[in-house]
Amino acid sequence: MLKKISNIGDCGITCDFGDEVNKNTNKEVIKLFNFIQDSVNRRKIKGILNYTPSYNKLIINFELGQIKSNEIIEFIKSSDYSKINLPENTKTVEIPICYDEEFALDIKRLEQKTKLNFKEIVSKHLETNFFVYMIGFVPGQPFLGDLNKNLYHDRLDTPRIRINKGSVGIVEKFCTIYTFESPGGWNIIGRTPFELFNINKTNTSILSPGDTVKFESISKKEFTLFKNE
Amino acid sequence: MNNYFKVLRPGINSTFQDLGRFGLQHLGIVASGCMDQLSFCNSNKLVGNKISEGALEFAYQGPLLEMNGENALVAISGKVNFNLIKKNGETIKGKSNESFQISNGDKIDILSTINSVYGYFSILGGFKIEEVKGSVSTLVKAKIGPNNGNKLKIDDKIYFKKSNQTNKLKKIEFDFDQDNVIRVMKGLQVHYFSKNSQDHFFSKEYKVTKLTDRMGMRLEGVKLENIVNKNIKSEGITKGSIQVPGDGQPIILLSDHPTIGGYPKIANVITADYDKLVQKTPGTIIKFKLVNLSIAENAFQDYVRKF
Repeated sequence: MLKKISNIGDCGITCDFGDEVNKNTNKEVIKLFNFIQDSVNRRKIKGILNYTPSYNKLIINFELGQIKSNEIIEFIKSSDYSKINLPENTKTVEIPICYDEEFALDIKRLEQKTKLNFKEIVSKHLETNFFVYMIGFVPGQPFLGDLNKNLYHDRLDTPRIRINKGSVGIVEKFCTIYTFESPGGWNIIGRTPFELFNINKTNTSILSPGDTVKFESISKKEFTLFKNE
Repeated sequence: MNNYFKVLRPGINSTFQDLGRFGLQHLGIVASGCMDQLSFCNSNKLVGNKISEGALEFAYQGPLLEMNGENALVAISGKVNFNLIKKNGETIKGKSNESFQISNGDKIDILSTINSVYGYFSILGGFKIEEVKGSVSTLVKAKIGPNNGNKLKIDDKIYFKKSNQTNKLKKIEFDFDQDNVIRVMKGLQVHYFSKNSQDHFFSKEYKVTKLTDRMGMRLEGVKLENIVNKNIKSEGITKGSIQVPGDGQPIILLSDHPTIGGYPKIANVITADYDKLVQKTPGTIIKFKLVNLSIAENAFQDYVRKF
């Protein structure tokens, strides 16, 4: 439930859904996100520049010359958005992953921590239907959950300076896929050849907040031969 | 006939920008766009373009460009030291914030910005650059935008459109805000910091460090004491947010900021003072002044009058 709306500077507001990070809270966030996006597309509200959902918050940025924060807050409060049934446009996406030792950089670290062997770790990762909580930090990078409890682990003490594009990492109850080569502190368990983000395509980001992700194990040979359809 | 500039020297960080790429932050794509909106719009006004037309932004040292093609009206905005080198070798000292005519074979040598960081180069009719998702802004980190999302490189050719409009020379009286006071509003996690640290932040001096670019500006000053948690659940980020990581030194998030982040935010720069802020060079001592929403909104009204 929407608990609080606050200003962020003079051209942003945040809609806070409480401190819990779970699917139910996040689904509430995404409901409001869908409503705002739909309202912008149908020109029911002007001046909105961006709307960014995260685990438990939706942040809205606007153009100060067009609209003021109190008007947006009023718009949200006066609309019974939780009762509006927007078309269910979430989808399930199957993402190939190769757990070859060349890619699974932190498998030893995870084996030690979880007391599970490599096969068990892989099968627990594969059995999960991951929920897309949010996308961001860099373009197209998804934050997925929830991992099987037995796989929970902390961030690396010293983040890697460079993580390859396509690397799949886990931390606590979350899983992410690096869409760009970047530094990072997540436990890397595999890599996908699947291109999640391409600015030149109409559908820039394959995943959207609220989607479901299922990983599918592929061999190293399949990894090499793989091409996005 | 093809009209273009040949890049003889690219400059430090020369990119095409406009007012930004919006509506995609939920997919991890930040708005980007020009750093100093007033200077950017001025460069377009000087040549008679619509103010949102894409322009070339440069930082510190700009490019050296050689013009090939028909005569054109151009302008450089900001506080910029540059020369116009005529085809016959004659060097004319350039005047920023004044449009001027260039001819085939002329070179524009943008030497440096003066006590500021960013300047803009515009041409009547605009550059021939492709929009990506509704904007010609460049986000180098993700290779998004014209020129394949890259900074200018040596030997690049920048094509420009031929305009049939009459070339009218124009001048804008322009100066940056000279003072170093940046007005801010309280951030979402201001209460994560001790009362003492809050008082410090809103009254003491901070130095702009060299670790400053289009993504963010790192400051150096009194270490801020976090009394709640050094991390927060990652949440969406707004341009001008001031986050404080574990080392207690604030970072102001600028136009190419990450779209979400997990550090607590002590304050947010008000819209009216953003242009002033981004023009502060490393080493500058700045001070933050706490204001409320209604002061920020009134300040914005004064700010838009300058456009």
